[in-house]
Amino acid sequence: MSEISKDLHTEHMVINMGPSHPVTHGTVKFLATLDGETIVDLDVEIGYLHRGFEKMCENSTWQQVIPYTDRLNYVSPLINNTGYALAVEKLLGIDVPERCKYLRVIACELSRLSDHLTNVAAAGLELGAFTAFLYFVEARELVWDLIESLCGARVTVNYVRIGGLKNDLPERFEEKVRHVFKEVRRLWVDVDKLLTKNRIFIDRVRGVGAISAEEAIAYGFTGPCLRACGVPYDVRKAQPYLVYDRMDFEVPIGETGDNYDKYLVRMEEIQQSMRIVEQALAQMPDGPINVRLPQVRMEPKEKIYSRIDSLIYHFKTVVEGIKPPPGEVYLAVEGGNGELGFYLVSDGSGKPYKCRVRPPCFALTAAMPRLVKGRLLADIVPTFDMINMIGGECDR
Amino acid sequence: MDASVTLKKLTEKFPDAIVGTHNYRGDDTAIVKKEKIRDICLFLRDDPDLLYNFMMDLTVVDYLGRDPRFEVVYHLYSLPHNRRVRIKALVPESDLTIDSVVSVWVAADWFEREAYDMYGVVFAGHPNLRRILLYEGFEGHPLRKDYPLKKRQPLIGPVN
Amino acid sequence: MLADVIESLAKIVFIFTVNVGVFAPILGWVERKQSAVMQDRIGANRADILGFTAIGLFHSLADALKLLTKEDFVPANANKFFHTLAPFIALVPAIAAFAIIPFGGRYELFGREINLVIADLDVGILYVFALAGLATYGTVLAGWSSRSNWSLLGGLRASAQMLSYEVAMGLSIIGVIIVYGSLRLTDIGAIQEDFFRWGIFLQPVGFIIYMTCAIAENKRIPFDIPEAESELVAGYFTEYSGMKFVMFWMAEFLEMVTISAIVTTLFFGAWHIPFVTDAMLLSWFQGAGPNGAAALAMLVNIVVFFAKVSFFIWLQMTIRWTLPRFRYDQVMRMCWKMLLPLSLINLSITGLVVLLL
Repeated sequence: MSEISKDLHTEHMVINMGPSHPVTHGTVKFLATLDGETIVDLDVEIGYLHRGFEKMCENSTWQQVIPYTDRLNYVSPLINNTGYALAVEKLLGIDVPERCKYLRVIACELSRLSDHLTNVAAAGLELGAFTAFLYFVEARELVWDLIESLCGARVTVNYVRIGGLKNDLPERFEEKVRHVFKEVRRLWVDVDKLLTKNRIFIDRVRGVGAISAEEAIAYGFTGPCLRACGVPYDVRKAQPYLVYDRMDFEVPIGETGDNYDKYLVRMEEIQQSMRIVEQALAQMPDGPINVRLPQVRMEPKEKIYSRIDSLIYHFKTVVEGIKPPPGEVYLAVEGGNGELGFYLVSDGSGKPYKCRVRPPCFALTAAMPRLVKGRLLADIVPTFDMINMIGGECDR
Repeated sequence: MDASVTLKKLTEKFPDAIVGTHNYRGDDTAIVKKEKIRDICLFLRDDPDLLYNFMMDLTVVDYLGRDPRFEVVYHLYSLPHNRRVRIKALVPESDLTIDSVVSVWVAADWFEREAYDMYGVVFAGHPNLRRILLYEGFEGHPLRKDYPLKKRQPLIGPVN
Repeated sequence: MLADVIESLAKIVFIFTVNVGVFAPILGWVERKQSAVMQDRIGANRADILGFTAIGLFHSLADALKLLTKEDFVPANANKFFHTLAPFIALVPAIAAFAIIPFGGRYELFGREINLVIADLDVGILYVFALAGLATYGTVLAGWSSRSNWSLLGGLRASAQMLSYEVAMGLSIIGVIIVYGSLRLTDIGAIQEDFFRWGIFLQPVGFIIYMTCAIAENKRIPFDIPEAESELVAGYFTEYSGMKFVMFWMAEFLEMVTISAIVTTLFFGAWHIPFVTDAMLLSWFQGAGPNGAAALAMLVNIVVFFAKVSFFIWLQMTIRWTLPRFRYDQVMRMCWKMLLPLSLINLSITGLVVLLL
């Protein structure tokens, strides 16, 4: 046999997956070198969605950055909004009112919910489980309806403001939440039945894309992918921001870090997020949602139209922007995929001198070759899904 | 200024390499000379009191008109001690190289490629220093402050 | 002689109409609607003629129109001849396989003995396997001649998968053949007049193996790795468009019908209603005269047969919309390490039992 195979002339096949390929949602290119169907080498090319986020931020005022943050991780935009606003507030050294904090927590968790729902749904779809996909997309649709009623938009939310929020809760929001969560929980059970104990699904994901905790840390994994390796690192618990320290929730962890664990962690986090929203709604105090600092947060329109000082502040913040003192801060929040960090440098002017985002899926995507090398072509699919690379966030 | 454990240990260990430390809004920051960056990073990662096992972020800030012009900024996180630190290495425009820390944290690989792509800082010892977000053939480094906002680059791709 | 030709032609036209004219478009609709029902959706309902939508049935018509008028694209550097030939090779066996499947009993009508099967071959079931083997060429050729990496990988996967599963499928059927002692499907159907001699009772394991292999042979989820859209874009028919694409698509649907028909014939009593023999049917319809009774009995046979077929089509669709897909190596492992040994054991036990009885 070996005699024969020596004479056989074989060569590796180089195959281009993407940038427009069904598995590369988010526009990324895999340059896979295949031996049969085994991946010998994989090169990941990103940047197809690069829009110059930082350059744009450096040329707009501090408030004008908020809509751009929506477009980072467009599956969980509210977390991006909140992260950025918190970072600027840290730079300014101000604290927002209690009610605002609770509302932000609710917004963040709704976003996380939609993020995980989308991710698990897409994972099912790409493994051929179309029905599970649609169940979770239906659930996400309901969550998006909630987000829409909260801030008037479904994806490009632009809800959080520096020093406050765009608006308070709409009427009968709690009722809607109760109704939606009931439905989401029902659909969750359906998907759980369809996938969690499905032998085919388990065979496809278990043991694939496994990584040890040490290695995951070295690669800079955060979020569900790191927790699947058994490291209970969650920014919400490690360095609580807003009012997460008052919430009672669990951080699910896995053992092996393979795709099945990542899936299970996300499934459990969906449940935990719903718990947090319910608690936040129950605990939320009444009160203002904006800081009373007219040089930071614009005052209501009626005041601006009727009072000269308000009008001047309004004019100054709109034309020149708010002016944080010179300095630099780094603030991390727990995004859908992991630690979402904002590193802001201010030179005292109305525009950020530097507005850097630490995208969680950037580090995750960098580990793709490590996760699939030596495995089959088909293993790219669940592994890449569970990494949950979001083009807007990874490429900025 | 109240110096935290990290900054204190760092100043003790590398008295020559530390240019300054500060703690603004609770963020520990050490400004260091670029020559020692690999040793500093190794120390931060391996010292039992520090154990900065996560390299969370790496970026560059361009202080145009100042010398040294560039700062390579590392954000580290220590999982065992739940602590963060920011290390800023000064890189002058005349010598745009700094040692790569890929051998310390694998995560630095892509972050350094991005920093090179956007600012043109060269990371010596990086295994594969190519552009990452932009394409081969892109001229200049767009996040530098002297890169014009509306500069056009030639379109690439097959020409019919 | 002329009567023979007319009879054969009538049967061919009937089966062809039922398959290509009714099953293929209706299945397209059923698949859409059934998946919609399973997934809490409404499903196709937009195509209308003068505001009349016929619960989405016109979509099949619209599809046909659209696909017929689409550009027939052949990629540069592809082998044009084989690229065109491949869909025909895939489709023709799928249609032709139906020729030997009996959809009713044997009746005397106007003094002629009518056998409700197009070709009552002695080799029967072997003919189906021969054609199924032929269909492999269609996919392999399509994959190879498209000159695309995705198509090639899809073609390779398809050939490996189809060849492997044919082995296990063939062995699972041999058990049935031993039990009934005939290759001729009309005989097998006739024996199952007795409810307790239905294949499902005599060969339950054989049924499961056959059903699994048949779905794998047809390359539908969970065995659709040759066309796994998330990995290989569309596998071996990535580079096809218009009518040629639809030929692959139709081949898949028609094979689904064929599989269901074979399952019905071999395991589920063919055209028989449980506990009702053809003679009983004839006696019930005596009032319509001998010819009328035969015609009515035939009608009942055909309806019963196609009702069963529809059930198995529904079953396959439900499986398709429930399960995720296997990985390539898992599919092969399942075939060679599970289904093949299982079918061999089933075969030897069947052989022993038949020998001892």
